[in-house]
Amino acid sequence: MNIHHIITELEKVDPEVYDRLDSRRAVMKSFAKFSGKLALAAVPLALGGMFKKAYGQSTGTILDVLQFALTLEHLEAEFYKKAAAAPNLVPAGPPAGAIATIRDHEVAHVKLLQDTITALQGTPGPMPVFDFSAGNGSNNGPFKNVFTDYDLFLAVAQTFEDTGVRAYKGQAGNLISNNDVLTAALNIHSVEARHASHIRSMRRARTNNSAIKPWITGKDTGGIGAAVQASYDGEELTKQANIEIVGINGTNISANAASESFDEPLTKDQVLAIVDPFIA
Amino acid sequence: MAHELIVPKEQGDNAMLSPKGMQRRKFLTLFAGTAAVAAIAGCSKDDSGDGGIYLGKDDIGILNYAYALEQLEAAFYTQVAMSFYSGVTANEQALLTDIRDHEIAHREFFKKALGTNAIPALEVNFSSINFSSRDSVLGTAKVFEDLGVSAYNGAGMLIKDPQYLLLAGKIVSVEARHAALVRDLINNGSFADNTVVDMNGLDKSNPPSVVLSAAAGFLKSKLNASGLPTS
Repeated sequence: MNIHHIITELEKVDPEVYDRLDSRRAVMKSFAKFSGKLALAAVPLALGGMFKKAYGQSTGTILDVLQFALTLEHLEAEFYKKAAAAPNLVPAGPPAGAIATIRDHEVAHVKLLQDTITALQGTPGPMPVFDFSAGNGSNNGPFKNVFTDYDLFLAVAQTFEDTGVRAYKGQAGNLISNNDVLTAALNIHSVEARHASHIRSMRRARTNNSAIKPWITGKDTGGIGAAVQASYDGEELTKQANIEIVGINGTNISANAASESFDEPLTKDQVLAIVDPFIA
Repeated sequence: MAHELIVPKEQGDNAMLSPKGMQRRKFLTLFAGTAAVAAIAGCSKDDSGDGGIYLGKDDIGILNYAYALEQLEAAFYTQVAMSFYSGVTANEQALLTDIRDHEIAHREFFKKALGTNAIPALEVNFSSINFSSRDSVLGTAKVFEDLGVSAYNGAGMLIKDPQYLLLAGKIVSVEARHAALVRDLINNGSFADNTVVDMNGLDKSNPPSVVLSAAAGFLKSKLNASGLPTS
């Protein structure tokens, strides 16, 4: 990508572009600063962000969303790193392969978000100290065996993935003014859904429980129970845009199918309340 | 095998709107001026003539685009579940039936939400699919699901109304759950392999032009996406 060329072209249609961008020199300097260390994928994001800024749309909201997402990705990345490193937790073969795949994606998401925040002239927030027992730092919470009990580990993994899907979904509207950041967020969002599907399939196979499906039925936790209910409340919705999906247009669509067909968002506050016990 | 979905009579049999229809030619002769022809092409939202079925513009266009893809998926899984491939397991039957219901729910939702703006029921062309073969069915399902995910991901930035963006978001993650499941049925562990997820951990997003050209092989009906937003 030739940044100079883009700026020059822009100058032709908007002679005041440099006033908007402070100065050509400042723009180039700002690019030179991070172009060396910036992940390639983040360059268009940076460019988009720069122009949004120049043309009067605040990056404040977008940065807030990215920082929020970074916290969640840190949570997931650390969780899978610890799980993959825990002795005798994840069985060798396909399970270990799947957890490594998911871990690598979450680590990549952390890096991409950090680079994007930097590119938008923000400072990536620090990684919190996590307590995966859900004990707020006591390391003695309800999930204290999460790295020794494989089924508990999968249950928490499922909850993190399903919550992550809902968290990104809830933020999409806040990114609508920035096409590049929105698209990147959507491309992360569907990867989290792929992870959720696979973890659920792993649990379905292990428990031989056909009620656990790759998708979310009603507000069912998949047998995990009250400790994670907040991650599923609201998923039972069968009405979309005021249209009832059960039996829609004379079909046999059941309430279960109607709820499964649409995943529901969570607000930032709802998500922060869910992850709060996992932060020391 | 080509399947005809329920096509409303006025759209299925309207010779004026058929590319091969004699009446269309006669009709056009009456208005032997290009301006008149252009006006006709421009005013009919269901024009299934040479230009194809017009999806519309702005958010309506994107919703019709999604409606078209959901019609394709729903028709496919309906056929799959009507007569499962040989060797299908009870587990596969249950999951594929669920997916069929989800795709029907999506299709009917868009139909109802679009109301009079909805494109007609599309005619599909599944002649390339062997519905008695597990490989053919799951291979096609994988193509449709990955394509659907990339379509919604690519359409997000084209949507203006945040409520529609949220709706697309509610659907795309379910498509991604399907995609991962189908991939795992084909090859366990391939739910998010490097053919769909890149080094940055990002799924694919495709613009309507790419998605529709991939879908065209499965559709008898021609779609006209000329009104869709591009940014």
